[in-house]
Amino acid sequence: MGDLLAVVVDGLIYSSWLFVIAAGLTIIYGVMRILNMAHGSLYALGAYAAASLVGVWMRGGQPPFGTYLLLVAAALLVGLVMGPLVERGLLRFTYGRDEVVMVLVTYALFLVLEDVIKLIWGVESYFVTEPYGLLGTFELGPLSYPVYSGVLVLAAVVVGLGLRWGIYGTRYGKLLVAVIHDREMAAALGIDVRRVFLVTFTLGTTLAALGGALTAPTVSVVPGMGVEVIVLAFAVVVIGGMGSMQGAALGSLIVGVVRSAAVHYLPQVELFSIYLVMALVLAFRPRGLFVAPEARKI
Amino acid sequence: MPAVLEVRGLTKTFGAVTAAADITLDVAEDTVVGLIGSNGAGKTTFVNLVTGYLKPSAGSILYRGRDITALTPRQVTRLGICRSFQSPQLFDSLTAHENLRVGVDIVARGTGAFASSAAGQSPGEAVEAMLRRFQLDAYRDAPAGTLPEGVRKLLDIAMALVVKPQVLLLDEPTSGVSSEEKFGLMDLVLGAIRAEKVTVLFVEHDMEIVRRYTHRILAFYEGRIIADAPTAEALENSEVRRFVIGDEPGRPQEKPC
Amino acid sequence: MRRLDRTTAVLLGALVALLALGPVLPKWAVFLVTVALAKGLVALGLLVLMRAGLVSFGQGLYYALGAYAAGMTVQALGVGDAVPMLLLGTAVAAGAAGLLGLLLARYRTIFFAMLSLAFSMILYGLLVKSSALGSTDGFNVVPRTVLGLAASRGGIYGLAVICCFAAALGVHLLLGSPLGRLAPAIRDNELRVEYMGASVRNAVHLFVVLAAALAGLGGGITALAVGHIDPEMAYWTTSGEFVFVAILSGTGSPLAPFAGAILLELLRSFAYEYSPNTWQMVIGGAMLLVILFLPAGLWSVFARRRRAA
Repeated sequence: MGDLLAVVVDGLIYSSWLFVIAAGLTIIYGVMRILNMAHGSLYALGAYAAASLVGVWMRGGQPPFGTYLLLVAAALLVGLVMGPLVERGLLRFTYGRDEVVMVLVTYALFLVLEDVIKLIWGVESYFVTEPYGLLGTFELGPLSYPVYSGVLVLAAVVVGLGLRWGIYGTRYGKLLVAVIHDREMAAALGIDVRRVFLVTFTLGTTLAALGGALTAPTVSVVPGMGVEVIVLAFAVVVIGGMGSMQGAALGSLIVGVVRSAAVHYLPQVELFSIYLVMALVLAFRPRGLFVAPEARKI
Repeated sequence: MPAVLEVRGLTKTFGAVTAAADITLDVAEDTVVGLIGSNGAGKTTFVNLVTGYLKPSAGSILYRGRDITALTPRQVTRLGICRSFQSPQLFDSLTAHENLRVGVDIVARGTGAFASSAAGQSPGEAVEAMLRRFQLDAYRDAPAGTLPEGVRKLLDIAMALVVKPQVLLLDEPTSGVSSEEKFGLMDLVLGAIRAEKVTVLFVEHDMEIVRRYTHRILAFYEGRIIADAPTAEALENSEVRRFVIGDEPGRPQEKPC
Repeated sequence: MRRLDRTTAVLLGALVALLALGPVLPKWAVFLVTVALAKGLVALGLLVLMRAGLVSFGQGLYYALGAYAAGMTVQALGVGDAVPMLLLGTAVAAGAAGLLGLLLARYRTIFFAMLSLAFSMILYGLLVKSSALGSTDGFNVVPRTVLGLAASRGGIYGLAVICCFAAALGVHLLLGSPLGRLAPAIRDNELRVEYMGASVRNAVHLFVVLAAALAGLGGGITALAVGHIDPEMAYWTTSGEFVFVAILSGTGSPLAPFAGAILLELLRSFAYEYSPNTWQMVIGGAMLLVILFLPAGLWSVFARRRRAA
């Protein structure tokens, strides 16, 4: 019984982590049709930025509880700087190209950013312990969990609800949906598609950085930390159905629980359980779980 | 005359929309049949069903007595039923020559109804012959994506003929072609297959074309066949006039909102 | 005597030149070219797939299978000759594609890329967890003979050159054949291909198997040349590198992937030596430049010049 509870709770925590990262990837793909491989580097940038900000803050003798705000601040900083920089500085020259070419462009960007990170922060590890340690642990039946895990779950819920409200509840969200469905038509109706792209990419970047910033307290921040994250996020997005937010949420949940089950019952498959799920889902639902209907071709 | 195509109770629904409603008809060999009807009446759906692109919700399709209902477009094509498309389906980055060559290569590897009947002709020669027949030689080295629409339509039809069909379904062959060129195109296409006793069904909105080239008409309305008769008779049919041609004597048609 | 077409003539010339240069080149160059040619083989497979409009982000799967299978012929079968090792590596890779292709051939664009990535990551996971195969450390591979002669760096180099020549020639002939001509048709309009009576799925499956065989052969050669195999060969970044070579080279000629691979190895060696923290940036930057300004790859520069002449 304790085992099952552990699988579910572990799964939930892991799913939350995945969702925060996958959400940014999903929204960028949904609106811009770009599968952003640099998402992993932006995630890493968020973690490094968090490490630096918290480091400066703590060295300045400030109250440790402020570090939580710093995590969010780090994400915003990275998002607001890198989002426009990448979108205006690179991506906008490639719009209209084939989807797979866009993957290659973002892959090249990922390679560049990985080294940029090394140039700025060097190759040593950073630690951001305060936000994690401060909250202590809580008991859940026979199990003990760090309270910080709850922060992750909370963040996922906030992001999910926030995006849902943003997309379906606001006027700007409706413009977003129009662009998602038909870029050309939206432009013909007077929507500033370029501005929508800029905002979307910045939002997606911020979410990636948020994922990294929130993760920083739980791992050692090292070069290459984004490499594995990219393929995990991809798997979630593909499972859910490219560009679907419900899909990202459900996909995160499925992947999280499956991986958690693997860790507890079949550790040999833990590393690739997510890819197995992806292959299985694609075998039965070739375009993922939630697919937008397509207009007929002939 | 034995029917080359028999359709029995063919039905296709997409949720609440009935695109084909219990269609039953026979098509005689070596005839030219016009498929008419307003937009959304089910003409293209019919072509899609017969050629295997769509699976019917109910009913069956027989080709020379053989049930082809469950077959895929590839299998249907290999049996001898080919089609052209409303929007030309070409290989845009390949030249006109290369487009046809793909078809010729496929036929050359085939057997049975698919075997190349032009013995001794190299694939290249077969393509050139086809280009000449359709007066497309001037475009032989131009990428299909750069060709004018009328030429693309011709090439699309030529592609359907490369594989030597016995039944040819043309979806709006003259749409997108200027009025002066429509007759020329139809003369060219029908002339090209005259000798081979091909059965032709084509979707058409222009009644002059229909009047001139068809032996028989199938009129569609909301997925049903409302008329199945020799051309002159069908065009006089009051239902056809009401729902397709819009030609009721007296008041102009007023549809309720 | 039939006149050879230009590509075949150049391939023959390259074969002769590389074989002749072998004894004269310094050891590091022989090693670099061998490893580069092996990677070029994988990129050649990608070229075939890209002609059909498909990009695989998981060729590392077959690359690793080829390497591990080649390695296992020594461990498990006691066979130490390079040729059977390569044959087995190629066969295992092709066999895997024969099986996986049944599923893969149903997908296109992003899903094809992602599914192939998923399969390679599954193999990676399996290899890492497999202590019998050395887990993350992998194991060493030392061929004893090459076609009966004692194995040497030069011998493996020569074998690699011959294999690459054969592969490039084979692909060249394929691309000029009806099946090869079907590839760009599939890329442009699959529906039309089906409506002309050809099976797109069968053709794609075949291309997948061919690309896998080439990748397996490349993996085997790499194992022989480097003397060591590890799971990293199946990791997605390895697959990404192959895609990069294919993009850099362009799909214009079967020679291009080999030229591109050699260029990349040279670039990487020098970049890594002078600045180990920026070589990824250099490669990423180069890729961006190529994608933005030379979308048909570097080879298109040669092709353009030839047409103008």
